[in-house]
Amino acid sequence: MVYITLISLFFGVAITAAIVYFFFKYRRTHPEQLGVPIHGDMRLETAWIVVPALLAMTMFAWGAVVYVDYRRAPVDTLDIYVIGKQWMWKAQQPTGLKEINELHVPVGRDVKLILASEDVIHDFSVPAFRVKMDVVPGHYNTMWFRPTKVGRYHFFCSQYCGTNHSLMGGWVTVMEPTDYAAWLSGASEGNENPVLAGEKLFADKACITCHLSDGRGRAPSLNGVYGAKVLLADGSTVTADEGYIRESILEPKAKIVAGYQPLMPSFQGQMTEEQILNLTAYIKSLQSQPVPATGSGIAPATGKK
Amino acid sequence: MPREHYLNATYGIRSWLLTTDHKRIAMLYLVSVTFFFFIGGAFATMIRIHLLTPTGLLVTPETYNKLFTMHGVAMIFFFLIPSIPAVLGNFLLPIMIGAKDLAFPKINLLSWYIYLIGGGFVLYSFSTGGLDTGWTFYTPLSSVYSNSAVTPAVIGVFINGFSSILTGLNFIVTVHTMRAPGMTWFRMPLFVWAQYATSIIFILGTPVIAITLLLAGMERMFHLGFFNPALGGDPILFQHLFWFYSHPAVYIMILPAMGVISEIIPTFARKPIFGYSFIAASSIAIAVIGFFVWAHHMFLTGQSTYSALAFSLLSYLVAIPSAVKVFNWTSTLYKGSISYDTPMLYALGFIGLFLIGGLTGLFLACLGLDIHIHDTYFVVAHFHYIMVGGAVMGYVGGLHFWWPKITGKLYPEFLARVAAVILFIGFNLTFFPQFLLGYLGMPRRYSSYPPEFQVLNVMSTAGASILALGYLLPMIYLTWSMRYGKVAGRNPWPATGLEWQTDSPPPTENFDVTPEVTWEPYDYENRPDLGLAIEGAPTHAHGDD
Repeated sequence: MVYITLISLFFGVAITAAIVYFFFKYRRTHPEQLGVPIHGDMRLETAWIVVPALLAMTMFAWGAVVYVDYRRAPVDTLDIYVIGKQWMWKAQQPTGLKEINELHVPVGRDVKLILASEDVIHDFSVPAFRVKMDVVPGHYNTMWFRPTKVGRYHFFCSQYCGTNHSLMGGWVTVMEPTDYAAWLSGASEGNENPVLAGEKLFADKACITCHLSDGRGRAPSLNGVYGAKVLLADGSTVTADEGYIRESILEPKAKIVAGYQPLMPSFQGQMTEEQILNLTAYIKSLQSQPVPATGSGIAPATGKK
Repeated sequence: MPREHYLNATYGIRSWLLTTDHKRIAMLYLVSVTFFFFIGGAFATMIRIHLLTPTGLLVTPETYNKLFTMHGVAMIFFFLIPSIPAVLGNFLLPIMIGAKDLAFPKINLLSWYIYLIGGGFVLYSFSTGGLDTGWTFYTPLSSVYSNSAVTPAVIGVFINGFSSILTGLNFIVTVHTMRAPGMTWFRMPLFVWAQYATSIIFILGTPVIAITLLLAGMERMFHLGFFNPALGGDPILFQHLFWFYSHPAVYIMILPAMGVISEIIPTFARKPIFGYSFIAASSIAIAVIGFFVWAHHMFLTGQSTYSALAFSLLSYLVAIPSAVKVFNWTSTLYKGSISYDTPMLYALGFIGLFLIGGLTGLFLACLGLDIHIHDTYFVVAHFHYIMVGGAVMGYVGGLHFWWPKITGKLYPEFLARVAAVILFIGFNLTFFPQFLLGYLGMPRRYSSYPPEFQVLNVMSTAGASILALGYLLPMIYLTWSMRYGKVAGRNPWPATGLEWQTDSPPPTENFDVTPEVTWEPYDYENRPDLGLAIEGAPTHAHGDD
């Protein structure tokens, strides 16, 4: 910001000064006076193409580095699910504790928000943290930040979403880790743990009838699959992240795991975003379960034997 | 004043409504775009008054959302995009190249009627429930969730697009086929180059917005699933299609204004423009590169990081030709013989405001910074600096510059200079605070805001009242001058273009005899007919220093 501001100030002031200076120094002194005809200068033209282009590249590069880092969340994050809908925000902490128009996070920890919309496009923005990300219906977006200072900070909806767009905001509360832990456990009663809720859904929606954990069902075992690379029928691989899980539930025919038939029915229209998030939390919890030797979709490790 | 000219050659309402004279059609457009400017301006006034208090002073959130939407739709599609091309371009392009009219005069008239029909649908939308989707019509808000009069508005903008396409076609064919003998490409005025570049964008870009809005409208009416994820559609697809046109659209709005500036500066510095071929090439470069940057409006939609990197890089590249123009205009002032006439004040005001607007574009193109300032008032300030501080100043400056040619009368010079200064000051007071508001985090399209943003909002509204005065004054005195202004004569400034060699106002056929061009543009040295540089009198500003 400072860098671009300085460059802008430099050019802005220099050109304005030149204009003002010329405006007064070369004002007409006689009604029929002409100006000196200078048609151009190749060296000047080259200079003021090349120099701005180089400066522009530096501005691009610095911004690119920041952005690439922003788009790639670190590995060990505190994951919070955030659902935006007209015109409120629901955040779900890892324990299942839900908040409305509030977000509590511990200071000094990398926090990742998984953003889902139930209706139109929203945007979750925290100006104090210099972060925001669109919340788009139909797929997840993620954003991450590391709060560095305890305090309360505005968050806003930053993508016009209809009538009460301006009222769709709240507060991010950054707490000391001990306070955060205390707050988390203190208010947990009455809030269902998303992993348990997901486990219940897994049974109720009959996922369990095909996705046997020992790998002998009609569908791959989901043990250890979250975060791993899955081998698909067309030979390509895909990383099983939240987006892949969501797509598998809503559009199962989009990507078929190698060695399996396209049998899974779609749950489009039969599940809320919250239910999908709970299932995702349950599948994530299977990360440490033993992966069966056959009957898993996980791609075999490549590399030298 | 000549006895017979295009304004009095024939009388009666039919002779105007069925005219094929490009100059009369330009006047028809002048009236209609001014009408939409008033409408858009009325909405802007209500917006700024409403934002005087944190909870909103004037209207409900629903109404506020309609105000900013309709302000954008009216101003962008029905004022800014047609303004210079359809008013000044229509009037001047044939005369500047020595032609009698455009290549397709009847299609020119058709363009105006299409514009009116499109405008009619949009006005119908405004008055039967209004429109609250934002001028950007993002889905699924516009195609599924909004309860406002979206369908007629979308039909209106769709229809209006054809007005642009036909105008662009007309201009391109005219420039290619109807230049007078001796009027080679590189003898054409830069205003013509600018209209040509704009016309490329008109015909390549506008069809895309047309089909996009058609799809969104069909989705809304027939519950289809192009952009609605519940039916398998992709809301981001809409954004790609929408911005594929709407980004080049901003170049439609600025290139003609740059063309105006390129005419005014040599005239009031009395010397050739510095770097003619670079300015001409920059116009084409902006038009072309401008088609490759659209997704910089979408850095935070979740698009692929690689895509974002490409679009950021290209967005920096498109800034370069604009910078080249600014450097060349400034250099033209060096060793000029500069007069402070109103058009020159507008041109210099343009450069200053366009400079700020363009430099702040560098902030927005920067991926890391955009994370913070995307969808805040920083963006609002940026585009108003370019569209109002740039394009509208160029339009008003051009109106003043060519007013004597169009009407045969001079506007009152002193009052006009005062108004230009009022406009410049009012504009900066209105929009500069908005950069700060955005950096501090105030999102755009907000009908209420946290109290810590109030001071800057009040400053902005105060500035807007001065800005409004700056616009009202020319509307009054320009109209007044049509009846009471001094007679202008052929070439009051004087300027070197072909348009200044014919009567003010011009006869219907533009020229009594088709001109034969043997001189370079902006060549004051070899134009004794301009009445300057009398034998023996000092001619150059500063000898040979």
